[in-house]
Amino acid sequence: MSLTEYRVLPGPESYLPPAAASMGVVLPDKGSALVEGGIVLKEEAMEKIVDKLLTAKNPVFFPGPLVLWAWKEGVAEKAKAIKEMAEAVGAKIIPMPDYRPKYPMINPAIEINPNHPNLTIWHNKIDACIFVGVHCHYANVALKMIRGGTDCYTMALCSEAGHEDAMISLRDFRIEDLYTMTEMIKKRKGEGK
Amino acid sequence: MKKDIFQISPGFEDIMPAEYRDLIDNGPFEKNVGVSDLGSFKELLEEHPLCAGCGLALSLRLILASLPNPEDTIIVGSTGCSALAFPQVALHNIHSLFGNQNAVASGLKRALTLRFPDKVKDVVVIAGDGATADIGLDMVLQSWFRQENITTIMLDNEAYANTGGQESGMSPMGTVLNMAPKGKKFPKVSVPELARESGCAYVATVTPAQPKKLGKAVVRGILAARELGPSYIQVFAPCPTNYKFKPNETISKIKLREKEGTYETKEYITAEAQELFARLEEGKK
Repeated sequence: MSLTEYRVLPGPESYLPPAAASMGVVLPDKGSALVEGGIVLKEEAMEKIVDKLLTAKNPVFFPGPLVLWAWKEGVAEKAKAIKEMAEAVGAKIIPMPDYRPKYPMINPAIEINPNHPNLTIWHNKIDACIFVGVHCHYANVALKMIRGGTDCYTMALCSEAGHEDAMISLRDFRIEDLYTMTEMIKKRKGEGK
Repeated sequence: MKKDIFQISPGFEDIMPAEYRDLIDNGPFEKNVGVSDLGSFKELLEEHPLCAGCGLALSLRLILASLPNPEDTIIVGSTGCSALAFPQVALHNIHSLFGNQNAVASGLKRALTLRFPDKVKDVVVIAGDGATADIGLDMVLQSWFRQENITTIMLDNEAYANTGGQESGMSPMGTVLNMAPKGKKFPKVSVPELARESGCAYVATVTPAQPKKLGKAVVRGILAARELGPSYIQVFAPCPTNYKFKPNETISKIKLREKEGTYETKEYITAEAQELFARLEEGKK
């Protein structure tokens, strides 16, 4: 397979899947996003995220420490907006409070850990997930492991440069984008009635 | 004081695992608690995977309960049994390469001093006897020579315990272990003396059989490191698994060794440290 043909798709891919970056997937420029390894416009990726969330059997949000803890000004508002988006989808929220490798004592029913995220996904039979507020280096590790060991569809709402290892990744994600996506979800749900 | 950053974002309280909520509500942060208050607050160590009766686990519990400033304390650990417990410790902690712990702690302390000049940040090394007296002795001694403002705590179980039982420099002479069948040929290294001669402001050897004394030593060691220079605390933490005694005999084994005079608890305080402790204790009254 040539590098450019590599697509970031749900697994299970292998015990040690390659980092998407090493297979030629590059991060998007500002205003763009990644969908399954290809660069698209941000709006297109947002539509795709809404599709995936609303068609999944068990979509789950995984908020990380950056939004779970009110550690600086503005975080509480962002956390509220994330919760509203999850509620609009009808998705469960499972927290990632910190990054301690709590194996094997972790309770996968109520939390997720970046060092063995597959346990939580297997336990709860999660078929689509949103990473938000997870520090980039831990998100990268966890996303790769999920791709390696599960068939979960991963989406990362990143406020930095994005994640190649997620199936869909937005970059420069701000609170306004959360409001926009929540509106899109509500609108789409309304159309379905 | 940093407790304000430990607040859960509003709306997420109900999804947070219970132990995190418990830490916020009942943890030792900003409470000025010590070993005498154990049982009245949520401890920083939970569900550790160490063996039943592990002297090291007990010592670690007591050390964590004694920290004078837990919300602004960073622990640097190293390879060994204690490294298995650190993922369960609800404090900032760094796992360094085997033996590197005092070098990492030195850099960390200096960086924190530059980054937070107006705040007290305590850097405490907690490592085993192998990491402190054998593999990392170079880094330990050099940090003392340089007069780094860090506290070094050795959890002395007198063996390499999680690799099957090899002798360490801290095993007493004649010790026979699973992987030291001929018996150790040389005596226990006297790290407290090395610490004293290397310029530590405060040196103590303590045991978990005397929790209050242990707690006092931890507080003194940290206060000395803040104000004066390096400090060293050696905690006797015998290992039932490798020394082959019953888990419920740990404390009695410690007392027996003290009685025999083969594990001496003592304290060395420089004149400056004496003055500092007197001043601080006077201020408390």
